[in-house]
Amino acid sequence: MYEFDWSSIPGALPFLWDGMKISLEITIQAVIFGIVWGTLLAMMRLSSVKPLSWFAAGYVNFFRAIPLVMVLLWFFLIMPKFFEQLLGLPAGTDMRLASAMLGFALFESAYYSEIIRAGIQSVPKGQISAAYAMGMTYNQAMRLVVLPQAFRNMIPLLLTQAIILFQDTSLVYVSALADFFGASYKVGDRDGRLVEMLLFAGAVYFVICFSASQLVKRLQKKYHPA
Amino acid sequence: MIKIANVSKHYGDFKVLTECTTSVSKGEVIVVCGPSGSGKSTLIKCVNGLEPFQSGEITVNGISVGDPKTNLSKLRSHVGMVFQNFELFPHMSINENLVIAQTKVLGRSKDEANEKGMKLLERVGLKAQAAKFPGQLSGGQQQRVAIARALAMDPICMLFDEPTSALDPEMVNEVLDVMTELAKEGMTMMCVTHEMGFAKRVAHRVIFMDQGRIVEDDSKEAFFANPRSERAQQFLAKILHH
Amino acid sequence: MGYQWNWDVFLQPSATGDDTYLGWMFAGFKMTIALSLSAWVLALLLGALIGVLRTVPNKMLAGIATAYVELFRNIPLLVQLFIWYFVLPELLPTSIGDAFKQSNPVMQQFLASMICLGLFTSARVAEQVRAGINSLPKGQKNAGLALGFTLPQTYRHVMLPMAFRLVVPPLTSEFLNIFKNSAVCSTIGLLELAAQGRQLVDYTAQPYESFIAVTLAYVAINILVMTLMKKLEDKVRVPGYMGGK
Repeated sequence: MYEFDWSSIPGALPFLWDGMKISLEITIQAVIFGIVWGTLLAMMRLSSVKPLSWFAAGYVNFFRAIPLVMVLLWFFLIMPKFFEQLLGLPAGTDMRLASAMLGFALFESAYYSEIIRAGIQSVPKGQISAAYAMGMTYNQAMRLVVLPQAFRNMIPLLLTQAIILFQDTSLVYVSALADFFGASYKVGDRDGRLVEMLLFAGAVYFVICFSASQLVKRLQKKYHPA
Repeated sequence: MIKIANVSKHYGDFKVLTECTTSVSKGEVIVVCGPSGSGKSTLIKCVNGLEPFQSGEITVNGISVGDPKTNLSKLRSHVGMVFQNFELFPHMSINENLVIAQTKVLGRSKDEANEKGMKLLERVGLKAQAAKFPGQLSGGQQQRVAIARALAMDPICMLFDEPTSALDPEMVNEVLDVMTELAKEGMTMMCVTHEMGFAKRVAHRVIFMDQGRIVEDDSKEAFFANPRSERAQQFLAKILHH
Repeated sequence: MGYQWNWDVFLQPSATGDDTYLGWMFAGFKMTIALSLSAWVLALLLGALIGVLRTVPNKMLAGIATAYVELFRNIPLLVQLFIWYFVLPELLPTSIGDAFKQSNPVMQQFLASMICLGLFTSARVAEQVRAGINSLPKGQKNAGLALGFTLPQTYRHVMLPMAFRLVVPPLTSEFLNIFKNSAVCSTIGLLELAAQGRQLVDYTAQPYESFIAVTLAYVAINILVMTLMKKLEDKVRVPGYMGGK
């Protein structure tokens, strides 16, 4: 039978915490960028200007068709060389964190855009009519009537997507960037205690994501008592 | 046939039914009415055990509904029920809707069940629709199919839970006509409904419920001529004036 | 910028000599399909079971099903994969663990990937099945019971056939996800499409062509699956229900 030895964990905590900070940094940055760019994409998609709508549809469908791993590999293996040449950076500049952030942001905004589009469409058409009937312009109707209701409806979904994103940040493993998972793996590999470190990492992710999703559920009940 | 004795039901502190007592004899048609939230739908669902109750006793044909040893499925297979929203099975054709429980519950052969189903569809005037799906029929047609589906099980009595309240006004009568005919044939019926015209024509007795209690339980003549409680008077005044 | 485009690279014999680079890609493509389909079967069977259990009146069964879903939903796929691949063989009784470790490495990678993807996706399928069952009008269950069906019969004849039709569109997106998520399995060395893409970059020195081809292959899988699922949706559509006629 396997004999567990958890003794590498306490000494590794500062290193793991640094990893967790990278995971959180990527998550927060991608959530903010994703919501802003996602909102713009959603509004383009719903716009009556055809080229804008086509562009947004193409962007969203493309990024939703390919694996996140592929996007990250593009940004780790291919794009750094491209940027080096484009920006005249010295060869071998470490762009892993910047690449990770850009990759996640572009990828996640496709998913955020779909959530936001559904949110906007969930506001009954009668609301816009009512806003027009009171003399509001399209912009006023959107800003004062539709978007506030839409965002309120989709807060739980936006947060749930953020939890998924946080889990997905573990995939920066493909670039050997030491996020929380990467750090756990490195410690386990170094000390020959991979079993313990992987289980520990799983438990930490579970506690964080489970608590966060329970909070979202409570929030949902508060706003939409069914 | 149906005996309801001192039945009470509550959700936490909220009392849904309080000490309800009444009975329906063989061949009798009773109408249960009352304002919404008075507990009439809950009461009728207690009769075939779709709603549990905490105290009192209900027996159907001598079998206790509340007794945990009772085979509720078997009991329900002899008690027809018609729902407010029809509740036909949307993924089956009309014909399959009538056949499925006959074969799976009563163990009849496909042929026998088909024949019985077609006969009943003819009776409710919908034989031509047998191959269609519920979503392709009007509400009135769907409810007539639902009645036929219940009758296919050869029920000893029928429960109707607001069978016309989800219907457009012009479809109410086609359903009431089928019910009236059933009553004339001597079917034992317990009907929750607001259709006072139906009650006047067909019912033997009328039960009036309010706030979970049976307030009046009288012959229809007595109920309509002279309701004893003030609540029933108000209710009748409201419902008859439109 | 001086990059030499060379699409003919795919037709050149590969470094190991027994195949072309296009052949490598095709091998990866087949692996991705085989892995995703086998994991999907597992996910559907387990997901349907767990989803139904979440709706039954028995509190203990429903509780177990809920715990299952929460466990698989709240741990990143990559971490789950590493646990299946690196941790589980250590924790199994020695004889079974050793047998696994001595088996064909590709078999080990495939098995761990299939179980991992299958169970991860089953939790999501379970959620969709549960939502489908809960979205049925409550009267449907009552109507089944009132006709004398037992509770299992009511599930079998009344609720599940309808719930599965309702669940086809959301399951389409889970089916698409399983193909995309299968790319994660490249991290344990399984030579599926994304991993072959990395190899192509290493061997051919034509990174753009390699990655564009692999990316387009994923887009093609996506379009293919969507077309097939649309056909299925049309097939199970109930006449007169949800826009069907």
